[in-house]
Amino acid sequence: MNVLVILIPVSLILGGAGLAAFIWTLRSDQYDDDQGNAARILLDDPRD
Amino acid sequence: MTTACPACVAMPMAQEVAAGPALQFSLPGVHCAACIGKIERGLESLRGVTSVRVNLSLKRVSIAGPVDADRALAALEGLGFEAYPLDLAALASAQDTTGRALLIRLAVAGFAMMNVMLLSVAVWSGAQDATRDLFHLISAMIALPTVGYAGQPFFLNALSALKVGRLNMDVPISLAIILAAGMSLFETLNGGQHAYFDAALSLTFFLLIGRYLDHQTRSAARSAAKELTALEVHTAQVLIDGQSRKMPVQEITAGDLILVPTGARIPVDGTLTSASALLDRSLVTGESRAAKLAEGANVQAGEVNLAAPVTLRAAVNGSDTSLRRMAAMVELAENGRNRYTGLADRAAQIYAPAVHLLAFAAFVAWFFATGDTRHALNIAIAVLIITCPCALGLAVPAVSTAAISKLYSNGFLVKHATALERLAEVDHIVLDKTGTLTLPAGVDVSRLSAEEKSIAAALAQGSAHVWSQALLAALEGVKPADLTVLKEQAGNGIEALWQSQLVALGRGAWLGDDAVDLGLKIGDAPATVLQKHENLRPGIAEALEAIGLPCEMLTGDDTSPARAIAARLDLPMTANARPEEKLTRLEMLKDQGHRVLMIGDGLNDTAALATAHASIAPSTALDAARNAADVVVLRTSFADLPLVLRVARFTRALSQQNFAIAAAYNFIAVPVALAGFATPLAAALAMSISSITVLANAQRMRFVK
Repeated sequence: MNVLVILIPVSLILGGAGLAAFIWTLRSDQYDDDQGNAARILLDDPRD
Repeated sequence: MTTACPACVAMPMAQEVAAGPALQFSLPGVHCAACIGKIERGLESLRGVTSVRVNLSLKRVSIAGPVDADRALAALEGLGFEAYPLDLAALASAQDTTGRALLIRLAVAGFAMMNVMLLSVAVWSGAQDATRDLFHLISAMIALPTVGYAGQPFFLNALSALKVGRLNMDVPISLAIILAAGMSLFETLNGGQHAYFDAALSLTFFLLIGRYLDHQTRSAARSAAKELTALEVHTAQVLIDGQSRKMPVQEITAGDLILVPTGARIPVDGTLTSASALLDRSLVTGESRAAKLAEGANVQAGEVNLAAPVTLRAAVNGSDTSLRRMAAMVELAENGRNRYTGLADRAAQIYAPAVHLLAFAAFVAWFFATGDTRHALNIAIAVLIITCPCALGLAVPAVSTAAISKLYSNGFLVKHATALERLAEVDHIVLDKTGTLTLPAGVDVSRLSAEEKSIAAALAQGSAHVWSQALLAALEGVKPADLTVLKEQAGNGIEALWQSQLVALGRGAWLGDDAVDLGLKIGDAPATVLQKHENLRPGIAEALEAIGLPCEMLTGDDTSPARAIAARLDLPMTANARPEEKLTRLEMLKDQGHRVLMIGDGLNDTAALATAHASIAPSTALDAARNAADVVVLRTSFADLPLVLRVARFTRALSQQNFAIAAAYNFIAVPVALAGFATPLAAALAMSISSITVLANAQRMRFVK
């Protein structure tokens, strides 16, 4: 059972990292134009 | 840039605007990746542009940098896209902070729910003693801050309801969340067997989904309505010392001299200072015939100048005209709407007291039966959690989100939360004529011969009058005839010589025929009528037939044009109805027990739109009418109108089904909880399954045809 001492914090940290990443994407306006982002991947554009 | 625009020297405003942070244009035609690339590359080469970004979801483009709006517009049109400038002030902030905050709460609740659920699985599969207590303790450390943060929307709502002495859905929700978390903490600290942390969190999570869906539909409708407002440019040309200056309508003061160009709307109420004017008053009064006015006549905001540019002296401040009217109308509408209690609220009114009584009864009964306060309290909380309206909180938002997005993709903007429920109850329809059943007068060239067409085109080319421009648009592609001695008679028409015959295009009276408004005369033959008074809106006849409800026409227009349209649609009609008479008629129908749907667009319909049980306006309606309406039709055709009623009725049916599903779950789960057999596992199962069933049922909205 001692393994729990490592496993539980690890699972919480990994989940927390996912949550932090989601909040970052939300804060940086990445959901403002979902259709546009889906279409942009098809753009053959050397600019960026 | 600075020297390229000499007018900028006289108008410091213009430069300021040009150098502004961003321009936005609405691009209804943009639909694919190729369009994005074309527009962004095309505009980047424009001088002054620092960045271009197309938003495909909103169908907008933002342009940053010191660039002139007109040049950007011309460039967009040159690329082959319809573009309309958006008024940034009317759009306000594009940021949806409430939605974003809800989404963050939802993410936090989801994260915590998953982790606690995993820990709970260990407890459910038989973890004992110290291990179980440790898991409960870790769960508590995750759950308590999460509940405190993510549950705030419910707590605040419940608090504000309790403050005014009312119960809403959020009261039992908050109570269940707080009691579940509090009791579980107590049990954890005392080494108890059951903890409901996962229940408290999944309750918060599922209900936040419902809350987010609800918010999403409302804000989508609101931002689209904002865009409609932003499309109208709220500026006026004010004459100062003989110089025309563009300024926002709000800044006009009484006594200002205002120039209204051909085809523009009159920005404020005032008196005419030009010798004469021809105005289209259909949006204000419903009259389809243009009104001829002389100097000194009163004109109202919202009328459209059909003829040569006119000047008028403002009688009121610009902020008064539109804002005061709008405020009064919207207030009226809100009052009427707020008296209507939505399905969800009616369910909550029955549900909330019932749940509290049931939980309390369970506590009392178990306390007297066993004398064990802790056990009795545990059972009471289990009852609260199991009956808790996860499914109930999702039942209506999930369905109306699906319904509103379905209608939006078909060109209907649902502006009010209970609009669909009210639309489902409608049993009588009242329609306005001008601008609703009909579209504004146009030019009809179908009866002209090829020769007449080429003469008409040649004559129309010689004049800048609106009717000439409309005629030219209708005659696109026709090769103009060779004319000589072209001469314009101001206010009457234009004449010329064609193969040594006199040909003329102009007002009927001037051509010697009183019956025609706009005619074409060749030689001595009688004039041919070109102006078609009104066109029936496309799709309206089929739509009214498909709806199959009793309809009637109520118009401010004269009897004869009204009768003509009524006969074509086979409707009973009332003509010459003033706004108050429209209201009286609606109240009369209401007293007879009818639930009336009002469809109208003018200022004269606004009060009626606000009073009716439900209301629909076309997107060409005045701001005030659009604000008062529940649904705005974005397309010109009304052919899909029956879809609105079908979706509304299906929304009601699905919401009721969802309530029935939720009730059925409670019917099974509540006796189990009352009997004291409800474990946290049973609570988690009941909650998830009922929520998912309800969400899945709502998706059936996609299949409505």
